[in-house]
Amino acid sequence: MTDNSKPPEDQDSAPAPLPETPPAPSATPTPSAIPEAVVASRWHTAPWLVWIIPVIAAVVGGWILIHTITSRGPTINITFKSAEGLEAGKTKIKYKDVDIGDVKAIALSKDRSHVIVTAQLAKGTEGFLRDDTHFWVVKPRIGAGGISGLSTLLSGSYIGVDIGKSEEDRDEFVGLDNAPQITGDLPGRRFVLHAARLGSLDVGSTIYFRQIEVGQVVSYELDKDGKGVGIHIFINAPYDQYVTNNTRFWNASGVEVSLDASGVKVQTESLASMIVGGITFQAPPDLPVAPAANENAPFTLYGDRDAAMKHADTEVRKMLLYFNETVRGLTPGAPVDFRGIVIGEVASIGLEYDKQNKIFNFPVEVNIYPERLRAHYRAGADRPDHSEAADREVLDQLVAHGLRAQLKSGSLITGSLYVALDFFPEAPTSKIDWNKKPIVLATVPGTLEELQTTLLHISRKIDNIPINDMAADLQKAIKSLNSTLETTDQLMKRVNGELAPEAKETLVQARKTMEAGEELLKSDAPLQQDLRASLRDIGRAADSLRGLTDYLERHPESLIRGKTEEKP
Amino acid sequence: MKKYSAAAVVAARDGLTAAQSGLLSCHACGLLSAAPKQNVDARQAVCCPRCGSTLHARKPDSIKRTWAFLMAAYILYIPANMLPIMVTSELFSLPQSDTIMSGIVYLWLNGNWPLALLVFFASIVIPLLKLVALTVLAISVQRKSNWQPHQRAALYRFVDLVGRWSMLDIYVATLLVALVQFKSFALVQIGPGAVAFGAVVVLTLLAANSFDPRYIWDFVKNDKQRAR
Repeated sequence: MTDNSKPPEDQDSAPAPLPETPPAPSATPTPSAIPEAVVASRWHTAPWLVWIIPVIAAVVGGWILIHTITSRGPTINITFKSAEGLEAGKTKIKYKDVDIGDVKAIALSKDRSHVIVTAQLAKGTEGFLRDDTHFWVVKPRIGAGGISGLSTLLSGSYIGVDIGKSEEDRDEFVGLDNAPQITGDLPGRRFVLHAARLGSLDVGSTIYFRQIEVGQVVSYELDKDGKGVGIHIFINAPYDQYVTNNTRFWNASGVEVSLDASGVKVQTESLASMIVGGITFQAPPDLPVAPAANENAPFTLYGDRDAAMKHADTEVRKMLLYFNETVRGLTPGAPVDFRGIVIGEVASIGLEYDKQNKIFNFPVEVNIYPERLRAHYRAGADRPDHSEAADREVLDQLVAHGLRAQLKSGSLITGSLYVALDFFPEAPTSKIDWNKKPIVLATVPGTLEELQTTLLHISRKIDNIPINDMAADLQKAIKSLNSTLETTDQLMKRVNGELAPEAKETLVQARKTMEAGEELLKSDAPLQQDLRASLRDIGRAADSLRGLTDYLERHPESLIRGKTEEKP
Repeated sequence: MKKYSAAAVVAARDGLTAAQSGLLSCHACGLLSAAPKQNVDARQAVCCPRCGSTLHARKPDSIKRTWAFLMAAYILYIPANMLPIMVTSELFSLPQSDTIMSGIVYLWLNGNWPLALLVFFASIVIPLLKLVALTVLAISVQRKSNWQPHQRAALYRFVDLVGRWSMLDIYVATLLVALVQFKSFALVQIGPGAVAFGAVVVLTLLAANSFDPRYIWDFVKNDKQRAR
């Protein structure tokens, strides 16, 4: 517009119809009635000042536009399984509850298997888009670990972000199904546990260190070969230093009831871990302190504390034991006991075919941990040298003294067996063949076996008793007894019939005799009377005799003089 | 008529304008006065003998100012329509920002089409029409065109009349912002677009005001055109 060479507003060079100064009075007479305008000093604004306004507008508008454009961050695509709760233009992307962008469009993928969410992020979020950045839809979630995302019940879902640490950028992401348990900015370290099975663990299961909550299970996946489970855990920052290279992890899930040679064992970690499962870790107390483990270091997850601590043994001696008895009740892991000290465990129970003898052998392979034996040495006690040769010598000596392996019953209830090493001086001599790998230790029949053998012998003897013959004999005896009894019966009958009347008569006679006797002996019987009178007479005679003797004593002269007359 | 001098009467009859006759009318009190005879230097101004306000034959720098305001309005028209004018937060939804157009679409889709039409005309069509009309007027004056003076005059009257209606959106937004302040339940906030939009409306008003419609007639030479 300014290209006009003579802009009309340029009043100094205005054409005739626009005079700034009035025309000559001669041309048009000035009417006296019209008052003349007065000229006064006035402050004039420079005409160009008006151009400040569009300049300001341009600056402001341009600034707003530039701000809007530059405050627009990167555009990303996130793939989700479904767009549940998402709305184009409304759903926000939030990091730590701060808006960092919003969903611009939601479209189906070409194969219609998932949803592609296009999101516009705010400026300065380029650094957020790392290779391991994760997006997920925040929804209300109720799980074992707690309740989260409750606010989205009212405000609607939003997309959460966890910023990764990778150096690589990307702008296409696959959204997670669930919110990650651990966000990338949480201080701490991740580790990987390998276990045979997951147990009652789940994402969010707590990890305890001396019964303090120090972390949780982040995720888990099946190994590629399907033979185990990899469990990713996260240990929070102050505690991750306690995860050292020799740390053992074990499952503290629920109640562990084990029934083995040692009897019934019930173990629990804590009430919470009983319900939701948990993992405990600790370094074996007898081992030296190891350096802290690296991020993502792999560990084995043991089933329980005992199993975790058991594997502290590094030095392993393998031995083969051939038992000539059943190994039912002997399981891998069963203890090997040397006079009460557990020094190893059963590794495996195998099978061998002996071609010479054409029989099957059941070799039991045991792991012996010499360290365990060494750990029991009393301080200052004599001990053998710690060398291969010395060990051989010691073992040879022990075997010469009768060291043998024996199967023993650990529990009568479960019938589980363990291997006991003990001395049997009476056992047939044996020697270790050191050329064999592993070495073979001679065995003796177990106590149970002995008992069984004895029982077998007894039962065999019982078997040998001719019970049938005996039964026949007995039958015969019974028969003869029967006939004897019959004969006796007959005899008795005859006795009854023939002897009884005579006996009766005899008895009557006897009675009569007795009565007669009685008659004779009665008090009023004549014999008695006579006897009594006779006796009285004898008495009187005795009395008079006494009187005579008395008189004679007093008057011995009477014998000569005769009885003197008594004088009144 | 009686009051005016014979020269003025002659001038009017002859098709002379006041400016041509050396007469100036006061913008404030309407008094007609004769131009001063002495020279007026740059530091002085011609003033009304009655009320003292500055007198001009035409509004000074009218077209220049009109262009300046128009350009500013054009510049700000872009962010006014692209940026959200209102950010509404409700308890049960995430904050939602609306531009003028998205608000109209929202109203239309919700079946409130009379209101949608009203807002569309008041906030989109009329500001744009004003800008275009003022541009046409400014260009025509600058080109000293004598094309369709009556229509252009009508256009100017329309622009002047309709100007304040463009503020409808701003009224609505300001009312809502003032009224809906329940913090956690519902909150309406003014977006940057509203500022730009308000500036556009004000700038078009200023542009219309700084445009002197008498220029339309200054280049109309023959009486045929001038007469209706």
